[in-house]
Amino acid sequence: MGTTTADVGLQRLTFTRQPDSALTRLFNYKPFLVFLCMLPTIGLLIVFLTYPLGLGLWLSMTDATIGQPGEYIGLENFIYLMEDPIFWMSVTNTIFYTTVATVGKFALGLWLALLLNHHIPFKAFIRAIVLLPWIVPTVLSSIAWWWIYSPQFSIISFVVVDVLHLRDTYINFLGTPWPARWSLIVANIWRGIPFVAITLLAGLQTISPSLYEAALLDGASGWQKFRRITVPLLMPILAVALTLSVLFTFSDFQLVYAITRGGPFNTTHLMATLAFQRAIPGAQLGEGAAIAVSMIPFLIGATLLCFFGVGRRKWQQGEAND
Amino acid sequence: MAITRRDSLALGAAALGTASIPIIGAHAAVDDVPTADVKPLEYKIEQGASLHMIRPAKFVDPDEVYWKENTKKFTEKTGVDVKVDFLSWEDLRPQLAVVANTGAGADLFVSFGADAHIYADKLVEMTDLADYLGAKYGGWYELALLYGRKWNTKNWLSIPLGGGTGPVMYRKSWVNEVGYTEIPNDLGKFLDLCQKLQKSGHPFGMSLGHALGDANGFASWLLWTHNAFVADEHGKIALDSKETIAALKYATELQKTMVPGTLTWNDVGNNQAYTAGAIGMTFNGVSLYYSLLKSPDPKLNAVAADTFVQDTPFGESKRKPQSAEPITAMLFKHCKYPNAAKEYIRFMMEKDQYGVWLSSCLGYWCQPLTAYSKMKFWDSDPKLKPFAGALDSPFYNGYKGPVSAASAAVTANYTIVDMFASVVTGSTTPDAAAKQAARAAERYYRRA
Repeated sequence: MGTTTADVGLQRLTFTRQPDSALTRLFNYKPFLVFLCMLPTIGLLIVFLTYPLGLGLWLSMTDATIGQPGEYIGLENFIYLMEDPIFWMSVTNTIFYTTVATVGKFALGLWLALLLNHHIPFKAFIRAIVLLPWIVPTVLSSIAWWWIYSPQFSIISFVVVDVLHLRDTYINFLGTPWPARWSLIVANIWRGIPFVAITLLAGLQTISPSLYEAALLDGASGWQKFRRITVPLLMPILAVALTLSVLFTFSDFQLVYAITRGGPFNTTHLMATLAFQRAIPGAQLGEGAAIAVSMIPFLIGATLLCFFGVGRRKWQQGEAND
Repeated sequence: MAITRRDSLALGAAALGTASIPIIGAHAAVDDVPTADVKPLEYKIEQGASLHMIRPAKFVDPDEVYWKENTKKFTEKTGVDVKVDFLSWEDLRPQLAVVANTGAGADLFVSFGADAHIYADKLVEMTDLADYLGAKYGGWYELALLYGRKWNTKNWLSIPLGGGTGPVMYRKSWVNEVGYTEIPNDLGKFLDLCQKLQKSGHPFGMSLGHALGDANGFASWLLWTHNAFVADEHGKIALDSKETIAALKYATELQKTMVPGTLTWNDVGNNQAYTAGAIGMTFNGVSLYYSLLKSPDPKLNAVAADTFVQDTPFGESKRKPQSAEPITAMLFKHCKYPNAAKEYIRFMMEKDQYGVWLSSCLGYWCQPLTAYSKMKFWDSDPKLKPFAGALDSPFYNGYKGPVSAASAAVTANYTIVDMFASVVTGSTTPDAAAKQAARAAERYYRRA
């Protein structure tokens, strides 16, 4: 530091630099600069993620109600939930709902994506239509499903009973636990298919046609092409779509709350709807928060399972596929 | 608070639609409310006062129209500007919690049932106003006293404005067809009626699903008609009893006669089914009758004509086993103009305003003060009569325990409703369901 010299042709020029101020040196110090650039993000994360999460954790260990701040009671809420059959039913419901709905969405979504990947007339138009269930606000489509499942005014019952005369009585879709659960799963699959189909379609389009041509020359069958080319190359995007889809389904709220509100007698509650039911209408903020916090291990588990179980690839560590 | 052109059109339409029911003109004096001669109460309004009130949204049009009209009269008279927000029922309680906890926002808040008891320490007591109104208008009804005053004291936390109840509504012709002239009070005969209605294709229908008003009302009716109750006077849970078991068994028999799908109904489920003719009998508030009566469709007007209303069957209960959820006006301590706020509530409760509002809504928010039961419109239509004594009842959610946050939580969490629902569907035995419900209720009551 201090003086620098440079050769410019024959002349020797000498520059004199002022010594750096403390501030300049600070800003030239890389770790500090990195920290500074990350500050806005850290701020956002603290305000919108860490604080609510921390507050949720804290609330779950208090007996707060709407109206009273409550006191610290340790794990009492969780201990009560452990013995609460309704809570355990909501846990099994959530796992069942997520598993079945996700399998359904991916089976039908992949099928749809493969169909849409072919050259068909009005391709863009059909692709746009496919997205509709995903675009329509869930609350609106939930109300539509609520009418479809209505015990008195159902369009399905009307067709089956009054038009086709296959049954004598209207179908009681939501009145008993198992039919209600399956009805909700069908509605969830309907809403989730577009997301899977469009994501996988994007993945399919990145697969180079030359690979299929090469396979054709080697005499590969349709199944072999699917099994050896499509599936492996689709895996990365499949893993991402699967993770997102599982998270969306696991924390689903609107569909269930709008159609059954957890009824009949709490047999269709998911953890998210039960948490809301107990915390807001029931005013037991602490207990509701405890249910919400109980979702976290399941969510982390599901994410890890999807990410590492399905898509263990080098690209996840920032390397290229081979 | 200006009345818009649209509002005045609605007013006119409402008046036309009720040609058969004498509607008192908005500005005519109300002369059918007997009042006692008491010293007038007037509050000294603070300089530059203005108020903000939040209240539940309307279910019948005149509710909002005349509330605004009366508020406008108050502003003209006193110069105090009052902003009134009409909030949907589901949003009311979360909003109330925010207002109470932040000490900002609305000065006056109208909410349901026991809410004033949850925020008692944040409210200005209204004892002077309540005593004045009670003395002038023939006294408060039992449920108004219960919800308005702090449990076991004479201190008023809020002013009850009114409340709705849900008596039996039935198609007269269909009930006559199966050999009944009216709804029997005896539970055995009531079951027989329901079985016959089912055979004739016009069944009874009432929800035990997650319908906040209807299902809780129906479940309570089942308890009270069997002398069962949620808690005793000290708040000790009394659900696990032989009376509850009897109620659960009766409910199971009753459920078999109902139209399929009642467990999936929310609060509008029975309204829709009744309007469509899918059921011949249900329990509901006056709104169902009102909508049939005021419908532009003559077919529905005919349904209204065939609809008769009666108190719910008494069973073993000595008094009408029917409660009402009142709405009560709370004044927060953070209000800068408490005198103006009290004066506003006083003004709205006086007969020239309250009488117009009450009669225009056909008693939708039935009066908490007995003098208003003398109004002529109650006699104009015999079908309105069972609504007239809505708050004249000893029964409330969580009867016989204290009115508290705990009783409100048991209602909001469908603890009693789910007990019945799990038994009538055969998923649980009556014994196990009663024990499970008692355990859940105890958790809410332990801190009350």
